[in-house]
Amino acid sequence: MLEVKNLKKSFGERVILDDVNLTVRDDEILCIVGPSGAGKTTLLRCITGLDTPDSGEFLMDGQPFDPQGTGASDRVIGVVFQDFNLFPNLSVMENITLAPTMVLKESKEAAVKNAKKLLGELGLSTKGDLYPWQLSGGQKQRVAIARALAMKPKILCYDEPTSALDPNLRQEVANIILSLKKGGVTQLVVTHDLDFAEEIADDLLKVNPIDQNQD
Amino acid sequence: MSFNYISQILPSLIQGAGLTLQIFFWTLILSIPLGIIVSLGLTSKIKPLKWILEIYVWLMRGTPLLLQLIFVFYGLPIIGIVFQRYDAALVAFILNYAAYFAEIFRGGFQSVSVGQYEAAKVLRLNYWQTVRKIIIPQVVKIVIPSIGNEVINLVKDSSLVYVIGLGDLLRAGNVATSRDVTLVPLLLVGLIYLLLVGICTLILRQVEKRYSYFK
Ligand SMILES: Nc1ncnc2c1ncn2[C@@H]1O[C@H](COP(=O)(O)OP(=O)(O)OP(=O)(O)O)[C@@H](O)[C@H]1O
Ligand SMILES: [Mg+2]
Repeated sequence: MLEVKNLKKSFGERVILDDVNLTVRDDEILCIVGPSGAGKTTLLRCITGLDTPDSGEFLMDGQPFDPQGTGASDRVIGVVFQDFNLFPNLSVMENITLAPTMVLKESKEAAVKNAKKLLGELGLSTKGDLYPWQLSGGQKQRVAIARALAMKPKILCYDEPTSALDPNLRQEVANIILSLKKGGVTQLVVTHDLDFAEEIADDLLKVNPIDQNQD
Repeated sequence: MSFNYISQILPSLIQGAGLTLQIFFWTLILSIPLGIIVSLGLTSKIKPLKWILEIYVWLMRGTPLLLQLIFVFYGLPIIGIVFQRYDAALVAFILNYAAYFAEIFRGGFQSVSVGQYEAAKVLRLNYWQTVRKIIIPQVVKIVIPSIGNEVINLVKDSSLVYVIGLGDLLRAGNVATSRDVTLVPLLLVGLIYLLLVGICTLILRQVEKRYSYFK
């Protein structure tokens, strides 16, 4: 279970997140929805350690952790980026096994075995030797999911998982997220697409831009 | 164009080509790493360092290499800095080419998207793992064509050492032409340059090919 408490973040004078609280329960999906500029990406970037919040607390299963930390207890969040950010110079297999071997010090055999299992589950068993440029958008996204899952995160986060893809793939993305949930993956999904969110979410968090004139 | 005459002057031309190649190799081997270091300095947050390096690059690229060569060999002794001819040539060439390479690498590093660093960061790869496995391969691929142009320029630019009295390929040809009053040596010199540039082009193509597996 992930808990975020009293999260605050401003850029210069502009307050973007003011006292945000959220909880993602185990094996559930929390969707964060809201209009453009509401601070969804900023919230996610704070949780994933890409931005530094001004204040706030992060708890995983009740234990505090540092999203920017590198210790084993801090390595709990996985990320699927909006435009995937696969490493173009590495094959699909290398994209997935790089961090497990270099960071978790898994043996190459163990990392490859696990990657094959993930690729199989995501319908990509034949794609291991391809390079990102040889994949479709939807396939890239699934590789990004496998790459994140290979680090065995407690929570998998997505920023706008449907926005970089063909609208026809929206249902496919929903199905993947739901099937991961069945497999016991806890997920946090940021989106501006309310219908999509309602389809997959166990819990919804709505965020709105902070009216700067009020303070 | 008698075969006899050619075989008579060829040894001196080859000797000259040897010096040309020496300058070529030492300049490449030393100015590429220096260029990479300068490029990192150019993007540094330490402003004074950045300004000094910017001025250096501006001077080197804004004035003729010939002037720089004359400056180092004939100019610097006036203020007590004396180089041997060969060393003067290397100093001028390395400083000049490092500036060009620095600009090329700076562009290369900048064209790798922030998303690549962020993806590496959330996977908990450290700085050197990121640079080595992800950034450098992408930068190398980006800069190969521009580096290739400079390499070919360098083959030809090396003939400028003529002006400080070094016995390179061009000088060897010119000496023979004025002594024997025939165009043959100069034509041979041209052929040898074409051959050298041809070899460089082939090698560069191979390197480019080696990096064509990703996009
Ligand atoms: N690095 C930054 N510096 C300054 N302001 C920023 C920065 N990043 C985001 N902002 C501002 O914070 C606000 C929230 O941005 P954010 O990207 O989090 O919104 P969002 O809800 O994800 O919107 P969208 O649906 O368009 O992706 C915006 O007004 C944006 O201009
Ligand atoms: Mg956003």
